[in-house]
Amino acid sequence: MGNGFAGNNTGAARNGANAETNLNENVVGIINKISGPIVGCRNVKHARMLEHVWVGPERLMGEIIKLEGETATIQVYENTEGLKPGAEVYGTGQLLAVELGPGLVGQIFDGVERPLEIIRERHGSFIARGANVPPLNPDRKWGVSVLVKAGDELAGGAIVATIQETSTIEHRIMLPPDVSGRVVFAASDGEYSIDDVIVRLDGGYEVRCRTRWPVRRRRPYARRLGPHVPLVTGQRVIDTFFPIAKGGVAAIPGGFGTGKTSMQHQLAKWSDADLIVYVGCGERGNEMTEVLSDFPELVDPRTGKSLMERTILIANTSNMPVAAREASIYTGITIAEYFRDMGYHVAMMADSTSRWAEALREISGRLEEMPAEEGFPPYLASRLAEFYERGGLVQTLSGRQGSVSIVGAVSPPGGDFSEPVTQHTKRFVRCFWALDKELANARHYPAINWLESYSEYIDELVEWWQEGTEDTKGTGGAGAKDPRWRERRDRAMEILQEEDRLQQIARLVGSDALPDDQRLILRVADMLKEGFLQQNALDDVDSFCPAEKQAKMLDIILHFYERASVLLKDGVPLIKVTGFRTIPEIMRMKSTVENDRLEKLDELRKRIDEEFDRVESEYR
Amino acid sequence: MIEEQEREYLGTSRLFGPILAVEKVSGVGQDEMVEVVEPDGRVRLGRVLEVSEDMAIVQVFEGTAGLVAKTTRVRFTGHPLRIPVSRDMLGRVFDYLARPLDGGPAPITDDLRGVEGSAINPTAREYPRDYIQTGISAIDGMNTLVRGQKLPIFSGSGLPHDALAAQIARQARVKGQEGDFAIIFAAMGVKHDTAEFFRRSLEESGVLRNTIMFLNLADDPPVERLVTPRSALTMAEFLAFEADMHVLVIMTDMTNYAEALREISSVRGELPSRKGYPGYLYSDLASIYERAGRIRGKRGSITQLPILTMPNDDINHPVPDLTGYITEGQIVLSRDLYHKGIYPPIDVLPSLSRLMKDGIGEGMTRGDHPNVASQLYAAYSRVKAVRSLAAVIGEEELSEVDKAYLKFGEEFERRFLKQEPDEDRSMEQTLDLAWHMLALLPRDELHRVSQEQIEKYMPGKDNPPRNPAAAGRPGAEGKDTGADAGKDTVAVR
Repeated sequence: MGNGFAGNNTGAARNGANAETNLNENVVGIINKISGPIVGCRNVKHARMLEHVWVGPERLMGEIIKLEGETATIQVYENTEGLKPGAEVYGTGQLLAVELGPGLVGQIFDGVERPLEIIRERHGSFIARGANVPPLNPDRKWGVSVLVKAGDELAGGAIVATIQETSTIEHRIMLPPDVSGRVVFAASDGEYSIDDVIVRLDGGYEVRCRTRWPVRRRRPYARRLGPHVPLVTGQRVIDTFFPIAKGGVAAIPGGFGTGKTSMQHQLAKWSDADLIVYVGCGERGNEMTEVLSDFPELVDPRTGKSLMERTILIANTSNMPVAAREASIYTGITIAEYFRDMGYHVAMMADSTSRWAEALREISGRLEEMPAEEGFPPYLASRLAEFYERGGLVQTLSGRQGSVSIVGAVSPPGGDFSEPVTQHTKRFVRCFWALDKELANARHYPAINWLESYSEYIDELVEWWQEGTEDTKGTGGAGAKDPRWRERRDRAMEILQEEDRLQQIARLVGSDALPDDQRLILRVADMLKEGFLQQNALDDVDSFCPAEKQAKMLDIILHFYERASVLLKDGVPLIKVTGFRTIPEIMRMKSTVENDRLEKLDELRKRIDEEFDRVESEYR
Repeated sequence: MIEEQEREYLGTSRLFGPILAVEKVSGVGQDEMVEVVEPDGRVRLGRVLEVSEDMAIVQVFEGTAGLVAKTTRVRFTGHPLRIPVSRDMLGRVFDYLARPLDGGPAPITDDLRGVEGSAINPTAREYPRDYIQTGISAIDGMNTLVRGQKLPIFSGSGLPHDALAAQIARQARVKGQEGDFAIIFAAMGVKHDTAEFFRRSLEESGVLRNTIMFLNLADDPPVERLVTPRSALTMAEFLAFEADMHVLVIMTDMTNYAEALREISSVRGELPSRKGYPGYLYSDLASIYERAGRIRGKRGSITQLPILTMPNDDINHPVPDLTGYITEGQIVLSRDLYHKGIYPPIDVLPSLSRLMKDGIGEGMTRGDHPNVASQLYAAYSRVKAVRSLAAVIGEEELSEVDKAYLKFGEEFERRFLKQEPDEDRSMEQTLDLAWHMLALLPRDELHRVSQEQIEKYMPGKDNPPRNPAAAGRPGAEGKDTGADAGKDTVAVR
């Protein structure tokens, strides 16, 4: 990794985007062709591949994506309306990078990390072009605790200082991965801005709170660990049926209106990650606004703090420049990796990866590249693989555990999963939460189809759920200690599978024509669907369901099934059971039993037993 | 941001379809507006599509028919396409670029705006929460429209989407906030009769003086269709965010718009994506639909009601498909319902309003609204399953519960969905009617409404559903007879 990009520590690179423009009047080429977001350049000298450039008199942000002799092709991250051939392009000498440092959390940025809130303050309600605002506020002072002292030997990635960035996130200032040495100067604790030197090494390297990282390169770690701790989401269909691990990767494919975004919002709200990076990639403006207006009000059930204190938003709405859409995914994942390296469990939501793939296609088309399936470029699969492989549970360079979990929404045209983006995504993710139009039409949310979805993490997570693990170094608790987790899950899945088979028969002959034991399965499957799988994101109680409640709820439904089966075997007609007064209670327990009053579920179970006992005594 | 500097060139090097190329140009900017002048002085307008150092590709709105390559003058205006905006334009009819079509004078204003617009900064948006009462039960009850929403009507040829849109335009109101409102009507490639229908319908209800029409009719050049919605939305943005008005923008027909886009794309030799539409159809449609919403600190709003006809009634066709991915829901019309004589033939199951959840409920519509809507959805989707079962085994063989669902389905379609084109139901009426429908089902089938709600709102069984127009406050009666109704429905099973 050591080619010195992170050590590029000159004044120009340090003083933020504005200063850079002024200091860097380094003309690298002349525009000779403009086609949408793609700009051609002639007389190109001293330019690097993937170099970050400023285009034209308005200094539009761009990146060199092709170099050929004296010509270059630039992808421009802003609207090119009015740009003219003959205008100059200015180099920065740096790869397109994100700025990393305190002040990221709680903010909303565009696809190339410009702070949208500040842009609004300076330029008004509509997004202006050439608005080069630095991502981090250079004037703000942070309370820095310095952890090292002169004489300490430090290796790459070492944590040298901490800042309490928000009430829940302690920002840990790290040495860049390719820098090491002996400390010759360490500032005392105090208030510093992101450009103040807090540590100097014997080689002359100066550590500040601000650093940069090229977005297209993954950040290094010591080693990768196998996933073994779940990302508990509070969503029953996920946690119980198709769980995802911390450091896991999942896809949510679904046609429009099936609830991809609602699902992503639910995960962003309730997952037990330390930090959420939410990338709105080519989606609706109002959805980002919704997050911005809802999250500050919502309280994280685990920390009791506002959810915005652990959330970073990246927004490239569908009408913002398409090239920045391509970049937004990388901006998001790089920020996620940076916090992972501090030892945090980060969950990244990408909504929607299809828009990102379409941005690739549009740019590829304008470059007149040879297309593969459905016009997508042949490198679609490898780009998807590169992206999803950046997720994972790792041991960081400083010896901590951190993870990046990725949940990518996929928007297949016509809801048809055989299209290239869904198919390629399927190859690189290990959780597949397939959304179903039929379920969505019946307002069964989350509309995750239980027959089509899968999770490859189940085997790896069983231990955590059932026994609890000793390996608890910052990995999120000691496990649920619920020995029947797997058994219950498999039993419930069996019933649902069986119901699907019986429904096919029932569709031909009517369910009344089925024998009682099969009709019981249909009834219990209804309970599972209405009472368990369905979860109301708008209900104050039901929106988040703790693991313990999930276990008890599923236990109640399966217990009902077991006891009813026994009765039927003894010749009791089904009608005796279906009239139970407790059935409506089972259907509604998800929202009637508060999450801190789980003893009510035990009482419900008792009442169910009483009803069964009564019928049993009648027939004995 | 383009400097205002005109340059004129004589002669074009290539003419094909609506496109012409001019060589040896300099200082021409992307998206610049162009005037194409014939020797006799006739002027056509165009726009720069692509520019390189020595050549500009220009799209000519009125087409290139009759142009002579050598003698045509091409004038680059130095500014993007723009239209005049002013409040005085209310009540008028214009072409795609806001030039009068009604015989009146050109608008007198120096205020010219580029039609492309800019993206609203997500941090500047205000999340839409004020529900609009349209007076149509299928929309108000189950797919509530919210001020600042973009909610398209997915229709098919021959279905009454125009009548529905006109009814919404006439009846739409926000409780307690009458305020200044305007309707902007953008026609893209629609029949003359359709445009006339809207004009007449708005005139009859007395709102024509609050309306601006931008017309591109079926026999007008397709390329102009690409500009029409943008002009309409530029006007809408002015009225909403500078003149504090609540603007409803009706755009019809988005399928014609997409076809014009495909035509240009294919003439330019671009790589086609699905069904020949260009790969950027999504981004292009988004640049129209995303111009709806509310902005913090501004009083006005833009609500979009785009109409599109689904070719071959196929909701998976790229135009409805991509639209559905951008808009905040959709109202889907059904040919089956229409053939049954039901107006408006809104197929509620595939219909959706994404913003409904934040606009309804206690303090907004009524506390029971979210649950009632959810219960209606669940019940009606069961109806569909029961109907297909009945088609196989016959109605007689159905269980009692399934028969109840069948009955519910019929009543729901005949009484709840169906209403007159001039029938304006209040939100209370719609919700009360919904409870009358739910009363047809056994109580223990109703899992999505709470026990308290059933007791409060469920009408008594021996209290037959009344004419909805006369339904006053049946909530009170529900209380009295609720307990009896419960016994009766249980007895059914």
